[in-house]
Amino acid sequence: MSELIDILSSAGLWAAVLRIATPLIFGTLGALLCERSGVLNLGIEGIMTFGAMAGWLAVFNGADLWTGVLIAAICGGIFGVLHSVLTVTLGLSQHVSGLGVTLFAASFSYYIFRLLVPVAGTPPTIEAFQPIAIPGLSDLPFLGAAFFTQTPPTYLAIILALVMAYILFKTPLGLAIRMTGENPHAAEAQGINPMVIRFGCIIVGSAMMAIGGAFLTLSAFNSFFPTMVQGRGWICIALVVFATWKPSRALLGALLFAFFDAFQFRLQTVLSGVVPYQLFLMIPYILSIAALAFMARRARVPQALMQPFRRGER
Amino acid sequence: MRFERREQRTLFLVIAPPIIAIFAALFLSGLLIALAGAPIFEAYGNLIKGAFGSRLAITETLTRTVPLILTGLAAATAFRAKLWNIGGEGQLYIGAIAVAAISSQFLTGVPGIIQIPILLIGGAVSGMMLLLIPLWLRLRFSVDEVVTTLLLNFVAILFVSMLIDTVLKDPLAFGWPQSVPVDDEAMLPRLVSRSRLHIGLIIAIVLAVVTYFIQSRTVFGIRSRAVGLNATAANFAGVPLGRTLTIVAVVSGGFAGLAGAVEVMGVQSYVTTELSPGYGYSGIVVAMLANLNPIGVIFAALFIAAMFVGADSMSRAMEIPTYIADVTVALSLLCMLVAVFFTQYRIRK
Amino acid sequence: MSETALELTGVSKKFGNNLANDDISLTLKKGEIIALLGENGAGKTTLMNILFGHYVPDSGHVTVMGKKLPPGKPRAAIAAGIGMVHQHFSLAPNLTVLENVMTGTQSIWSLFSNITAARQKLMTISKRFGLLVDPDARLGDLSVGEQQRVEILKALFNDAQILVLDEPTAVLTNIEAERMFSTLKDMARQGLSLIFISHKLDEVMATADRIMVLRGGKSVAERETSATNKAELAELMVGREVKRPVRDASMPGNCVLNASDWSMRADGVDRLKSVNFHMNEGEVLGIIGVSGNGQSALAQLLSGISKRSSGTLELFGEQVGNLTVSDTVKAGIARIPEDRNHEGVIGDMAIWENAILERLSEYSKNGLVDRKAGMAFADDIIANFDVRGATPTRRIAMLSGGNMQKLILGRNLMKPTKILLASQPARGLDEGAVAAVHERILDARRNGAAVLLISEDLDEVMALADRIQAIVGGRLSPPVDVKTANARMLGLMMAGEWNTPNSESNYAV
Repeated sequence: MSELIDILSSAGLWAAVLRIATPLIFGTLGALLCERSGVLNLGIEGIMTFGAMAGWLAVFNGADLWTGVLIAAICGGIFGVLHSVLTVTLGLSQHVSGLGVTLFAASFSYYIFRLLVPVAGTPPTIEAFQPIAIPGLSDLPFLGAAFFTQTPPTYLAIILALVMAYILFKTPLGLAIRMTGENPHAAEAQGINPMVIRFGCIIVGSAMMAIGGAFLTLSAFNSFFPTMVQGRGWICIALVVFATWKPSRALLGALLFAFFDAFQFRLQTVLSGVVPYQLFLMIPYILSIAALAFMARRARVPQALMQPFRRGER
Repeated sequence: MRFERREQRTLFLVIAPPIIAIFAALFLSGLLIALAGAPIFEAYGNLIKGAFGSRLAITETLTRTVPLILTGLAAATAFRAKLWNIGGEGQLYIGAIAVAAISSQFLTGVPGIIQIPILLIGGAVSGMMLLLIPLWLRLRFSVDEVVTTLLLNFVAILFVSMLIDTVLKDPLAFGWPQSVPVDDEAMLPRLVSRSRLHIGLIIAIVLAVVTYFIQSRTVFGIRSRAVGLNATAANFAGVPLGRTLTIVAVVSGGFAGLAGAVEVMGVQSYVTTELSPGYGYSGIVVAMLANLNPIGVIFAALFIAAMFVGADSMSRAMEIPTYIADVTVALSLLCMLVAVFFTQYRIRK
Repeated sequence: MSETALELTGVSKKFGNNLANDDISLTLKKGEIIALLGENGAGKTTLMNILFGHYVPDSGHVTVMGKKLPPGKPRAAIAAGIGMVHQHFSLAPNLTVLENVMTGTQSIWSLFSNITAARQKLMTISKRFGLLVDPDARLGDLSVGEQQRVEILKALFNDAQILVLDEPTAVLTNIEAERMFSTLKDMARQGLSLIFISHKLDEVMATADRIMVLRGGKSVAERETSATNKAELAELMVGREVKRPVRDASMPGNCVLNASDWSMRADGVDRLKSVNFHMNEGEVLGIIGVSGNGQSALAQLLSGISKRSSGTLELFGEQVGNLTVSDTVKAGIARIPEDRNHEGVIGDMAIWENAILERLSEYSKNGLVDRKAGMAFADDIIANFDVRGATPTRRIAMLSGGNMQKLILGRNLMKPTKILLASQPARGLDEGAVAAVHERILDARRNGAAVLLISEDLDEVMALADRIQAIVGGRLSPPVDVKTANARMLGLMMAGEWNTPNSESNYAV
């Protein structure tokens, strides 16, 4: 029992929560934006992988860290265009298209990585983002070390969640996006082009997913290796449902989720030898499934989600 | 640009898409091979030689085809009823570990003629159980099974990892996390001597043909298609949605579990977390390339197996990463989606 | 008063080989109400979609207040002051009234929505025209009538000077419709110009200043309302004489179905509240009412696809529990579903598969489908029910609505039928197909089937039914005999007014 309290009261745990949450926040916000416009983007897992690879490779070849993030975002956007053409222009099954994008983006990133980075015993590394202490706030006892000594992308993720909440609910653009996800025909009748809105949301959303992936190689770790995304993309898709398609709740959901992840990681060391570590690693996936089951009927799903829009067809 | 639905689908429009898709994918991958600085035609020459160039190459390719036919059937049967089972990978692992467990713990020394059927059924049933969880969540709570089956893949592999690290760990494996091997009697007979090709190939092809027959000729076949095409109308016509989907899930999960069982009993004899190089996910591509037709699944699986085996030897010969096979497979899925679209719609001016 | 608000000049539009609009011209003056009258498929909706920029015309153009509109640009149409009120509302149930109205009204790149100003404007407009709604209510929580108000407010919010309404009363009760038309007239008095599309002669005569009749994509006549009458309009609209089936006097036999105190609750809503009705051999019972009042629940219960919460069912003199689909098929209950395309058929399956889908146990042996017998059955239906353009192996989606409906009728009525349940059987069909469907229903009645006809179309019910009950808010009125019924009485019934003491006596059977 005292061990539990030790874990909960260590600033390290809470710092880890924010760190673990960061890629989930980016990914969930990206998926949320796509779904608000009416398109499920299962390309997320592959796009995160590609973002992780592209960002890392850029920095490995001498670009600075922010340029790496930018390049990841651009690559994500390009995969967004691919997904848009399949699901919006052609109106194909969003499930299968998304899986296709994931398979392609993931295998393509491994191919490029293998092609450009020679095989070595230990994977090559880069200088990753360093934590930045926020002046003033980081001096607070406990809270400072826990929450205000993070790497810049983490701060960016939190700001992004707030910006997205504002855009979706307080601007005409956000209303246009929500209307497109609820009833694209109504949006069109009001002079909004649902195709353009969906393209835009998928491209920007995919860029966010890629940034989430890049965080893994540019901040959380300093190297790239295949399968490093480990289903985080699928967890983000579950988190969107859990967040009932609201950015502020997506932020909270990602943090809650990261809390369990960080907590189980520390519990592992305490209980090692007693309980197999794999049981702890299962927790995030099982939690996601539980969250889906809990929220699936409670949430108000965007009415046009997964329905292709064809002009003149109702 | 607008599209309108074609009224008629000629036979050409049914057969053409996979062929066009495969060539388009090979063309695009050719660009990537060129990016690696290798001559494209020589590279593909090596690939074909690697997949079909010798007796060994052919048997290796066919050995790889076996699990792909089974995971392909798993996806094809499920997708036909619009049950989005993306959990083939996890179901495969559960089927595999079940076989290792049952054979080593309970059936040691039991003659193959009895042991093998029990294990095949055991593997299939275990895979199927894993799919029944997401199905139940869908029927009970309306949870989209795409995400739950995907997430369960990770749970399943961690579960296998846990077992081969603890109760099923092979004490003779120098500390490597690998399961105890199945009993010698459990190994599937070889189909061709001095090769790894086993009778699993016959089993898989027979199952594909039987599936084709069931889908086109039986009440269940019509019902599962009806549920996939229009669940509301199927319900109105008295097709029991829950029961039909449950049978579909049993069949689909069973195929995936069987893939794992056959891979262990035919090739590996033990289970590691590297048993499958993504057979479960490739099965989705197999199913789509086959346009969900069970007979087509055999040929699509052969193509993908040839890609993987050929790419291995091509990569040894000419410094092209083996991942080129995964890229081609993914591209063929995307190209197939587009090709099928244009058999259903035409561009309207 | 006489300045021209809108002018359509020589508009034509072709879809494939179908000339949907053929050289149509129209002038609308300020403060005027024009009605566009025509049957389904006459080209009304196409014309309005061209006007609103959804479609690009092949030739011809639209002029608003003297300025030519660029074709195919909804935005330009809105900016020019055209507001469209769709038949199927273009609204989002999960957004609020204000959000629905505001969408697309501000520059999309502005950094904040001016919600206060928008709310102010909405309140002003809703007061001016008497269209009251709560701006912060979630749209999905409003009644159909209120949703239509929102649809109109949305157009007015865009400063529309010209309102186009596509069958505005299709989903309203008579009382709501009357209120709607007085609002429209008030709008015209205040200087707005209106076009409304309808195929109901009464409302056209009562509301419009001028009437344009469309038929087969052509404008066949234009009349001042004062200079025409219903008979002339009906003739112009149809352009030929159409025979409603003549029917024999009803000779009701035994009671085959008796439903008492049926209630049904689904998704937290009471769909049916203590409903009573019975059906006799050789008799048609018509259920009238505006859609969404419990018709679907009633049809589902009888079709065997949902369960009642309480109440008893007596079928052929025996008490039975909830029906399943196979019960209904075995008992000889023929079912025509409300929505052909979504419930009735599976578009991508072959015609023969659709024909036997609900009788698979009959057309199979040991789980194997008897393909030959299925094909023969489909051939029989095609021949006996005059299903055109059909062969058993063709995909059923290739059939027109009328032929699809004939196939659905056929797969039921080819077998001995004791009870026929028909939900909106003629909805969306052209006149010829309607007549064929009605003929079949009367045939079934003549052969002794008990028929339950659920329809929104009063004329249809009057033409076919022997007894009529109205369904409103999940309640069913007592039955009235069709011989004693008149339009006014049925209108009141559909508005739920059958319990008022002074009218009750009129409706006794």
